[in-house]
Amino acid sequence: MSSGRRIRVVVAKPGLDSHDRGAKIVARAFRDAGMEVIYTGLRQTPEQIVETALQEDVDVIALSILSGAHLALFPEIMEQLKKKGLDDILVFAGGIIPKEDIPLLKKIGIAEVFGPGTRTDTLVKFILENVRKRK
Amino acid sequence: MFDEQSVSKIAKEREKWEKTTVPSWLRRNPERKNEFKTTSDIAIKRLYLPEDVKNLDYLRDLGFPGRFPFTRGLHATMYRGRLWTMRQFSGFATAEQTNKRFKYLLKEGESGLSVAFDYPSIMGRDSDDPMSRGEVGVCGVAVSSLRDMEILFDGIPLDKVTTSMTINGPAAMLLAMYIAIGDKQGVPRRKLGGTTQNDMLKEFYAQKLCIFPPKPSVKLVVDIIEYCTKHLSRWNPVSISGYHIREAGSNAVQELAFTLADGITYVESTLERGLKVDDFAPRLSFFFAAHNNFLEEIAKFRAARRLWAKIMKERFKAKDPRSLWMRMHVQTSGCTLTAQQPINNVVRVALQSLAAVLGGTQSLHTNSLDETLALPSEEAVTVALRTQQIIAHESGVADTVDPLAGSYCVEALTNEMEERAMEYINKIDDMGGVIPAIENGFLQREIADSAYRYQQELDNKERILVGVNDYTVEEDWVPIKLLRIAPDVEAEQLAILQKMKRERNNLRVKEVLDKLHDAADRDENLMPTIIEAVKSYATLGEITNVFRSVFGEYKELIVI
Repeated sequence: MSSGRRIRVVVAKPGLDSHDRGAKIVARAFRDAGMEVIYTGLRQTPEQIVETALQEDVDVIALSILSGAHLALFPEIMEQLKKKGLDDILVFAGGIIPKEDIPLLKKIGIAEVFGPGTRTDTLVKFILENVRKRK
Repeated sequence: MFDEQSVSKIAKEREKWEKTTVPSWLRRNPERKNEFKTTSDIAIKRLYLPEDVKNLDYLRDLGFPGRFPFTRGLHATMYRGRLWTMRQFSGFATAEQTNKRFKYLLKEGESGLSVAFDYPSIMGRDSDDPMSRGEVGVCGVAVSSLRDMEILFDGIPLDKVTTSMTINGPAAMLLAMYIAIGDKQGVPRRKLGGTTQNDMLKEFYAQKLCIFPPKPSVKLVVDIIEYCTKHLSRWNPVSISGYHIREAGSNAVQELAFTLADGITYVESTLERGLKVDDFAPRLSFFFAAHNNFLEEIAKFRAARRLWAKIMKERFKAKDPRSLWMRMHVQTSGCTLTAQQPINNVVRVALQSLAAVLGGTQSLHTNSLDETLALPSEEAVTVALRTQQIIAHESGVADTVDPLAGSYCVEALTNEMEERAMEYINKIDDMGGVIPAIENGFLQREIADSAYRYQQELDNKERILVGVNDYTVEEDWVPIKLLRIAPDVEAEQLAILQKMKRERNNLRVKEVLDKLHDAADRDENLMPTIIEAVKSYATLGEITNVFRSVFGEYKELIVI
């Protein structure tokens, strides 16, 4: 991380559920790993998440959802990112997401889906290896 | 419990043992860790002895079951008489599908119903609200109006079952719907038995399903307490919940302390309303988690009962013995379950349930082995219910009252839990109570810190979670078929809602919503008007929106 700016990550919670334990833990872990972290708070609409990503000029969006509404909400997030020309942002997800949904999510551009029990350093490593430095 | 002389005699022997027997054994057999600690960071000793409980006064601190301070249980004979209520939380898809699950569970020997609502309902939004997209019937049953509730309880006589409803922000509306169904079935209101969770305080710092700001939220809680005290004498108006505090990441001591601090706030607020403590306190109920550390959890339940009894007696001068009762429901801890090797969850749930029973719970929900992956399937929920039945009928632990009393370790831990919880309660009192402690972020920060520490312990392998950070396998074996909510549930639910809206008298709905607005402005007890509103088929969302316009909406205080 010696050259250029620090990696900027938005940890976002789409959906109506309020399980923010995981989101907050990963937000802290990313911060401890030297990244700039923006946590959106609960119940963000796809528009709000994309707007935050744009305003905050982030490199990474980490989506956390445990309500089961990922198939309704994620495609919308990805579409809006594309529309705004933000499709170089690394987007990945965590939460309760059934295995059989993962291929579809990858197809729309979600880079990876992590389930319960994932180590925080696995996530940090994933970001470092996959983020495309913008600027 | 021991005279001083024998305590010091044993202590002397202990010193000898520590100087001779222990070191010679340790030379060849080192201990597994340098220090052993519970989840609350309580150091666990190698050996507990009479000296660890030397200040314990049997009659003062333990007493007899059914008597103050209730450490040994609320009732004289505990499970030798009636077993705990086996109550499985369930709800998914449409009211019709959940109604079928309810009937199945009752047939399989469940003794009470417990309704899980979907996220839109929990947030006071109708199924056709734009925010509800993708969430309708997914995590619970969708209830937008009395019509859904009628279908949900079709063929279930409300004077024969008790029903627990996990609902907070819109608790008054759902209780009003339940009352309306009771009225239709001809069941007198005083015969309606059950519980509304209706614990808003923990929402602001733990579960975070908040609609209105803290003060009007507590006002609605007290409205329900007041209404039930006067009209629904068998209803538990509030279930003061530590479960969500624990699931959000707190440790056992924090769970205990924050729950009781919330309880104190509700008692104070209800007294301010002008009710007498002995008129409402007997109906306050509690809800805790049963987590992994077996001994610490048992100690937590015992300490909780003793501490609450003391608070009610000493702080609030309650006289009725039932005002001192901490009646509790326990649910095994969802956050301890693993997505890896999910069949192992059956064992975790069994151990946690055993702790709850040894801790003297009144009611128990056992989680299903597949709950880290989906809502429980029928097979999984049956195993969970059978787990309780095996503990009840096969293990023998239900045959005597509080069998672990007198264990040096359990009694020492019980004391320690009580002392540490009391320190937190004093600290919160010093801040001016729970609401200031929410507004300054203290409670949120305490929980987030504990949650992060727990995760670090797992990442560093200081804490072993079988199947996750040790004893792992390449491919997880899921022995059952997961429940999936059919994608057409949303459309089905929307059709029911639209049909209802066409059939109701919309003029009448507008009239009653206006009336509700005035009532909310006037700061009167809102229950009677809410009952009127739900009976006119005003929707949950419409009623909540009236309150949103009067009370405002809560904006989350973000504490990482």
